Amino acid sequence: MLVCGIDIGSTTIEVVLHNGERVVGSRIARSGAFPAEHAKNAFHELLSELNLRRSDIDRIVTTGFGRNYFSGADRVASEITCHAIGVIAEIPSARTVIEIGGQDSKMMQLDEMGRVREFVMNDRCAAGTGKFIETISRTLNLPVEETGPLGLAAEQACEISSMCAVFAESEIVGLLHQGKTPADVLRGVFNSVARRILGMAGRIGLRDEIVFTGGVARNAGVHKALEEITGHTIRVPSEPHFTGALGAAILAGREIVGTNRIIPSSVQEVE
Amino acid sequence: MTTMDTRELLQKVGVNLELHDQLIAYNNKLFEATIRSAPNRPAAMEYFDSAFHASHSSRVGEILDYRTRGGKSIGTFCIYVPDEIALAAGVLPIPLCGGSHWPVDYADKMFPRDICPLIRSTFGMAFSETCPYKKLKDASVGETTCDVKKKAWDLLGFEVMEVPQKKAAVDRDLWLSEVIRFRSFVEKLSGITVTADRLKETIKLVNKRRRVLQTVNDFRRLPNPPISGLDALLVSQIALSQDIQIFISGCERLIEELHQRIKQGISAYQHAGPRILVAGTPSPMGNAKVHYALESSGLRVVADESCTGMRYYRDLVDESPADLDGMMKAIADRYFSIDCSCFSPNKERIENILRTIDEYDIDGVVHNILSFCHTYNVEAGIVDKALAKIEIPSLKIVTDYSFEDIEQLRVRIESFSELLKPVMT
Ligand code: SF4
Ligand code: SF4
Repeated sequence: MLVCGIDIGSTTIEVVLHNGERVVGSRIARSGAFPAEHAKNAFHELLSELNLRRSDIDRIVTTGFGRNYFSGADRVASEITCHAIGVIAEIPSARTVIEIGGQDSKMMQLDEMGRVREFVMNDRCAAGTGKFIETISRTLNLPVEETGPLGLAAEQACEISSMCAVFAESEIVGLLHQGKTPADVLRGVFNSVARRILGMAGRIGLRDEIVFTGGVARNAGVHKALEEITGHTIRVPSEPHFTGALGAAILAGREIVGTNRIIPSSVQEVE
Repeated sequence: MTTMDTRELLQKVGVNLELHDQLIAYNNKLFEATIRSAPNRPAAMEYFDSAFHASHSSRVGEILDYRTRGGKSIGTFCIYVPDEIALAAGVLPIPLCGGSHWPVDYADKMFPRDICPLIRSTFGMAFSETCPYKKLKDASVGETTCDVKKKAWDLLGFEVMEVPQKKAAVDRDLWLSEVIRFRSFVEKLSGITVTADRLKETIKLVNKRRRVLQTVNDFRRLPNPPISGLDALLVSQIALSQDIQIFISGCERLIEELHQRIKQGISAYQHAGPRILVAGTPSPMGNAKVHYALESSGLRVVADESCTGMRYYRDLVDESPADLDGMMKAIADRYFSIDCSCFSPNKERIENILRTIDEYDIDGVVHNILSFCHTYNVEAGIVDKALAKIEIPSLKIVTDYSFEDIEQLRVRIESFSELLKPVMT
């Protein structure tokens, strides 16, 4: 069996090939202005890299904001479900999942079986998302990858009062003028993202084990801030940006094994 | 009526034709994209589709003719205003709540922006001169339900019925006295005295409208409903705007077809998605956004709890009293049983929701809450406490009429759907 999960996010696209037991290949690409095209390219590039043809793939599940734009998909699934499955695959004890992506952040509560019981999303505002950190890194003239380590080296975190990405930007320019270091500013930004996430937790609660995933989970500064602000130990999967695509691939595999038919149980025909 | 006639008619009732064209173009586009996009609709929905368009054309003509013959009419904004009494006094109630996003910014002329879209749409239409009924009424009757409405009536100088905020005996007495005062008000307007005979007739008529609505919606209890949630919503929306008799006949034809569909095993849905109860604020004509988002994502809306759902038709007026006083009391009691979130406490609403979940075999509840409607928004938390006890999941959607956030809503809805019917085996 060879199945594929594709997570078409607002910033990046991840493709994962899975044989029902483990990942056999993966690829990451920028979404850019044409996510549909870029997803298709990434998929085919991965195939040729592994010397595979489209017909070798038994099933494709897509997820992410661009999930409906991939024409070859057998079905689409929401990010919530896919991230939950992807996280559970690596960390079966996970009960709370925090996912911060390019344009939104989510929090899910899982039951003992790893099924999603409740979820909250922040989807109308850039605060507390990857976009927020990206904007700030641009203001600081730093590559995004460097913001994490730099923020960790801060001596004293600044207070960032604006939750809004646009206002925070001008607030940060002001702080830099006052002589604050970029490290202290970044630490303040990470704290404000973490507080935003903690606010979401008010609705569904934080239950151990807590896992932080999604593209932003690669940022060690945000990870640290989350642990400090929530007062919990938080784990990050080995490749957090891939959990959505991984979950989609695992889901595709389960559908083949579990139901032996292409139509998944959630959209069964009327008897 | 030809297009030419419609334009003349609209001009006659003081409509700004240019803006009205824009409003209609917007509404029609959305109507096609949402309600009419559903596959496998009953043929009898044709009447309701045409009634949707008629509300800005031939229905206006009907009411204009009625008024030319001396008939009186009032504008209303809430289902607390008792139709039976108005009709018995020869006064036609015209519900004016707006469901279109197009006019909302025109409300800025008098209202702040951070109020619910229902009020902004309603008065946006009035202020942009695109509401054809603005000049077709002798008075407007508001009610003391939510804060924004109370102050809107003050601002615009409307007649106001006092709806109590609690449900104790004193409140019941107060409400009865308001219903009696409403009778004098409409009697004075038309010069027609409400007699026991006339009231008996209108009670029966309005109950009949409720009964046909009940029957149409009963079909949604079936495992494979022959009518979709989108169509059922349209039926409720039309109930508020069209002539009662014609509406009842339209429903009767629909009911007949629905019976046929069951016999032939025709379902309105292609897939057996989760069965959803939509609870919360009303969706006046023009607004089918959340229903559309749900049903086009594979969920089945099989019950509506709102004022454009069972809150409107669930309870009948007791038809047994023979004297005027008894009838007035029966009417007051019936309207007093409405479980609007403006009441404190509002236990009846929880009970009704729990019963509906049972009767309609509900998998999950979606709170459909118009932005800035605080009472329904907060009350969703109280409902959720009761739902948690019976392990029914819920999803709260707080949104306005615009389609801006539809894709974000879909992410939530699809996740909710997967949570109701877990995809993991
Ligand atoms: S929700 Fe409440 S205020 Fe609004 S129409 Fe219904 S009963 Fe009236
Ligand atoms: S939806 Fe809520 S805020 Fe708006 S008019 Fe009705 S009760 Fe008032």
